[in-house]
Amino acid sequence: MVEPILVWRRLVGAQIRSQLQYRASFTLDVLGSFWISFVDFLVVLTIFHNVSRLNTWTVHEVALLYALSSITFAVTDLLIGHLDQFPQKIRDGSFDVVLVRPRGTLFQIVASDFATRRAAKALQGGIVLVYALGGVTIHWNVWRVLVLLASLPSAVVIFASVWVMGACIAFWTTDGGEFTNAFTYGGTSMAQYPFDVYARWLRRFLGYFVPLAFVCYFPVLYVLGKRDPLGLPRVLDFASPAVALAAACVAGSVWRFAVRHYRSAGG
Amino acid sequence: MIEVEQLSKRFVVRRGRFRRERHVVQAVDGISFRVERGELLGYLGPNGAGKSTTIKMLTGILVPSAGRVSVAGLDPSRRRLELARRIGAMFGQRVQLWWDLPLLDSFELLRHVYKVPTDRYRTNLARFREVLELDPFIQTPVRQLSLGQRIRGELTAAMLHGPELLFLDEPTIGLDVVAKQRVREFLVEINRRDGVTVMLTTHDLGDIERLCDRLLVIDHGSLIWDGAIDQLKERYGEERTLIVDLEEPAAPLAVDGARVERVDGPRQWLRFRGSASELASRVAAATRIVDLQVQEPDIEEIVRRIYSQGV
Repeated sequence: MVEPILVWRRLVGAQIRSQLQYRASFTLDVLGSFWISFVDFLVVLTIFHNVSRLNTWTVHEVALLYALSSITFAVTDLLIGHLDQFPQKIRDGSFDVVLVRPRGTLFQIVASDFATRRAAKALQGGIVLVYALGGVTIHWNVWRVLVLLASLPSAVVIFASVWVMGACIAFWTTDGGEFTNAFTYGGTSMAQYPFDVYARWLRRFLGYFVPLAFVCYFPVLYVLGKRDPLGLPRVLDFASPAVALAAACVAGSVWRFAVRHYRSAGG
Repeated sequence: MIEVEQLSKRFVVRRGRFRRERHVVQAVDGISFRVERGELLGYLGPNGAGKSTTIKMLTGILVPSAGRVSVAGLDPSRRRLELARRIGAMFGQRVQLWWDLPLLDSFELLRHVYKVPTDRYRTNLARFREVLELDPFIQTPVRQLSLGQRIRGELTAAMLHGPELLFLDEPTIGLDVVAKQRVREFLVEINRRDGVTVMLTTHDLGDIERLCDRLLVIDHGSLIWDGAIDQLKERYGEERTLIVDLEEPAAPLAVDGARVERVDGPRQWLRFRGSASELASRVAAATRIVDLQVQEPDIEEIVRRIYSQGV
């Protein structure tokens, strides 16, 4: 169990060393990414400048939801964000090299890069979290702490599973990057707002089928002591870890199935 | 070492912009062959004949559509991880080294990816550093290496974990004469000294002539030749050339069983079939000769003929 993590650290360390060879480009990327995510949160503030509540949600409550999904998404992005360049590996056949090495294919792809430059988004999430905690009243108890702590890794796993499944599309279409982005980057934007503001079909599809509602929405409901305005069973508030596990299993199977359909590229 | 039976690979391609039609391309069509441990085998065929597809099925990259493959006793696509530890692969145009890092860093990383024990890694690396003369550029980032240097690095990367079997796809493509020579010497060395089985695809017939004892030729997905190179020459290179140096320039010789192809001063080129000594004695009976030599048909010409006419 420990050995793969050590190898992952080595491989990722090598990538970071490579990135630092292009220092100017690296710095600009980090600054740019921070600025984009900063502007993104301005949108939330702008909405609440005009309305005082979104359904039953106050600005600080939305900020909490926003911050948690931002941070967990940023962590996912750091770890596997480079999957959005995966279709390129399929198209030019460089996935061949992965297949002749004695390690899991997904492991190698995950360890093949590390999007350090995206760390800025996590920083932004942190700032929003401080803002949110300054304005919400949470009656802390052991259960609320546990649900909150468990929700973080669960969210990362759910995001990552969606991402991996999206990348699998490339095995058939040899592209499909934009389609996948709709679920990954699009999905995170959605997870940043309370799910009860969305139309029913959208909620059903992106909330429960692509289980983005379990990323932060249900855990945050529980932590804030809010009832689900849609009246869904309360057990869902605790379901995130189980949903994460299920999503990971599905993603793993889809990946294995997809690898057997790899067609390589000419030459 | 390798057993292949009735191996096939089909690809479904969709063509057309609006009405997409399905076309089935039979890239490899029911080939069978065996490779014994310690062989150095050439795999030849025109572009698109199915060479790379075969190699990719042997290394576990592609899953066969039909047929049976066994490499080192394993089914490549099902036991990919186990197999990967026992084989090495180098694909001429695909970079497996870390582009922005010094060559040595790539080797270090591969040591961990392959879990090579430290002492074995040290011995192997020291040897390849010497044989492939890596030292002058081992600290240079890969992106700054010349093609020849990079290929030497790639070969080391493929051999570092001590595989029993090495697959090479176009190992000498684009290399200059000196670099080619170095790569060939290396392959002969690991084959003879370490008993590594080597299978290589190439377009370079020099590779084949200097390295391989046995040759497989594939065209349109089917094997059209499997055998020793000498046999191929015997069978397809029916005509040989006798070069005779006469005492003084003369008219083209008229000898039974041969025709004069070219005359240059006292030297004449005679194309013939059958026994060279019989022809030589007939020529000697007709005129006075200073010297003679027999020229075998070159492999390039034979292969060109096979590709264009089939077997």
